[in-house]
Amino acid sequence: AHTLSGAVLEPSALNELIPDWKEKGAEEAGVEVFPGFAASEVLYNEDGSVRGIATNDVGLDKNFKPKDGFERGMEFHAKVTLFAEGCHGSLSKQVIRKFNLREDSDPQTYGIGIKEVWKIDPAKSDPGTVIHTLGWPIDYSTYGGSFIYHMGDDTLSLGMVIGLDYENPYLSPYKEFQRFKHHPFVKNLLEGGECIAYGARALNEGGLQSIPKLYFPGGALIGCTAGFLNLIKIKGTHTAMKSGMLAAESAYEAINSESYSEEKPVVLEDYEQRVKDSWIWKELYEVRNCRPSFHSPLKNLGGIMYSGIDTILLKGRTPWTFHNHTPDHETLKTAKSSKKIDYPKPDGVISFDLLTSVSRTGTNHAEDQPVHLRLKNKDIPVERNLKVFDGPEGRFCPAGVYEFVDDENGPEGAQRLQINSQNCIHCKTCDIKDPSQNIDWTVPEGGGGPQYSFT
Amino acid sequence: MAGPADLRILVACKRVVDYAVKIRVNAAGTAVETNNLKHSMNPFDEIGAEQAILIKEAFAKSKKTVDVIAVSCGPAKAQETLRTALAMGADRAVHVETNDDLQPLAVAKVLKAIVEKEKPDIVILGKQAIDDDSNQTGQMLAGLLNWPQATFASKVELAEKAMTVTREVDGGIETIKTPLPAILTTDLRLNIPRYASLPNIMKAKKKPLEKIAIASLSIDVAPRIEILKVAEPAKRQGGKTVENVDELISKLKNEAKVL
Repeated sequence: AHTLSGAVLEPSALNELIPDWKEKGAEEAGVEVFPGFAASEVLYNEDGSVRGIATNDVGLDKNFKPKDGFERGMEFHAKVTLFAEGCHGSLSKQVIRKFNLREDSDPQTYGIGIKEVWKIDPAKSDPGTVIHTLGWPIDYSTYGGSFIYHMGDDTLSLGMVIGLDYENPYLSPYKEFQRFKHHPFVKNLLEGGECIAYGARALNEGGLQSIPKLYFPGGALIGCTAGFLNLIKIKGTHTAMKSGMLAAESAYEAINSESYSEEKPVVLEDYEQRVKDSWIWKELYEVRNCRPSFHSPLKNLGGIMYSGIDTILLKGRTPWTFHNHTPDHETLKTAKSSKKIDYPKPDGVISFDLLTSVSRTGTNHAEDQPVHLRLKNKDIPVERNLKVFDGPEGRFCPAGVYEFVDDENGPEGAQRLQINSQNCIHCKTCDIKDPSQNIDWTVPEGGGGPQYSFT
Repeated sequence: MAGPADLRILVACKRVVDYAVKIRVNAAGTAVETNNLKHSMNPFDEIGAEQAILIKEAFAKSKKTVDVIAVSCGPAKAQETLRTALAMGADRAVHVETNDDLQPLAVAKVLKAIVEKEKPDIVILGKQAIDDDSNQTGQMLAGLLNWPQATFASKVELAEKAMTVTREVDGGIETIKTPLPAILTTDLRLNIPRYASLPNIMKAKKKPLEKIAIASLSIDVAPRIEILKVAEPAKRQGGKTVENVDELISKLKNEAKVL
């Protein structure tokens, strides 16, 4: 329900894991899965190692007071806790900070992916066709592109990824995508069809250089929460699956080894070594310089030229490695020095207003629960974000969560930040892009959030 | 067969498309598209299960036992719905397996067969399911069994072999008293269902779930109603402001044609 997929995937890891998945269906028997429970806290032993996680209390009202249906969260203790929260996990970020896992790596950089699924005119459907575009409507200094996948059943999946290192605070990834659909090529595909779903999620762009140390006493990071997405291939599920397999093998061996003792935490150094020895590392090494090559003053032009040469000829066989120097939340220029973007109004047929799109995510959060988007300092949104950057959170959120509205209780003309947390589709962009790093995305009550089915 | 209990409650649960999901009409225009969409227990049935558990907990205070049985008719996935009822506190579950869509009369006939087998004192159903909004099954079951029925319940008080039920009806609030056994259908304000806690969900996996093939009940479950067409409501037209009363009258007369 939370996974935004409908992606083109590379089945290499899946083939390794479940050799006959195409026949059996990729379902694992004998594993217990408990959906609908949110891990809200990392638990630590006295020696500082990870002991497990705790799920959040449910049945609290907006003011954190217990309601009738109140249930205390549960603690889960484990010998090894593997964090697989996807891009920019809410617990993973705490663990990365606590164990200083980014000491020797670049900051992670991200993109926001926004997509829609359409039922199109059967005459226009060509199942299996994959189209990617670069350029319009995004400008030459912003990283981004689109994908259009013809799926079966007259269904079209299309979307846009925009690098969150963009500089203009007036940029709205959502509106860029809506504008994109009016390009004659795309519009033609969509005419006569109906949009049936919408979704958005942040994804990793940092590549090899941004992978943190993968293990810490008592646990490890796997999948996109570590950051194994191959941006040039635009695929990350295969590397994520493989990392999960390697972590499982490593954890199993560590727990069953002679040197295992309940007195000491399990340290999965072996897992990290396996990842470095595997095709994950080889693959990511080969493309490591492509995305950073877009940071030069030549911007997209330089990036496309370098990446073209690198992927076709050099294949990463160079002595240099470019780095991701600047975290995405530090790239915004001030509103004063930026140009406002005049986005066209949605026509309701090809392009849509934000709230109509949000209704197509099926997102829902039980009413009267604590707001899961926490501000570290409640004055900063107006005093800094609005003042200096003209409130970019109102533009980068693909679900209309953040709105600057008139403050009825304040002086004339004053505004306040309204957080419509029930719209949240759990994309994590706000936690990443807030120039003041004031927004802390935490888990709402389990079971809430987007209900992606064909998205 | 169940052991002795001071009270036995049968709770009917239906697996329906989750209330928060945005639904569409299928391409053929014959039904709502339900493929791959999130399904959950019908909210009114959740309220019914909660009521059964509340009664069980109240009885436990005076050391009396209540046997709560959850029953559902549907495909294999209906078992997920039954596991939810078990996780909320039901003691055991019965799954009447069928891949056909059953209409209320057929469901009522199936439930009658289960009632005759399990001999409950109270059968609790939701007042209606949120997918078809029929509001018929409970009433039909009462008719087939010739039992009293208390529908649209917003409050229930149990006494020895009888219950007092407050009902929300069109004219307001009505309080009735009925002997047991009886049918109860739930309305929104009866209670707020509890969250199934993780330990209870784990325990629910071990509680007994009996499967019955619908053919073995030898009931005629053929549909009596044929749905000819399902369509989305007409798109809402934009509103217009009028300059004066004359323009309003003219529009009502000539455009809306209601005068």
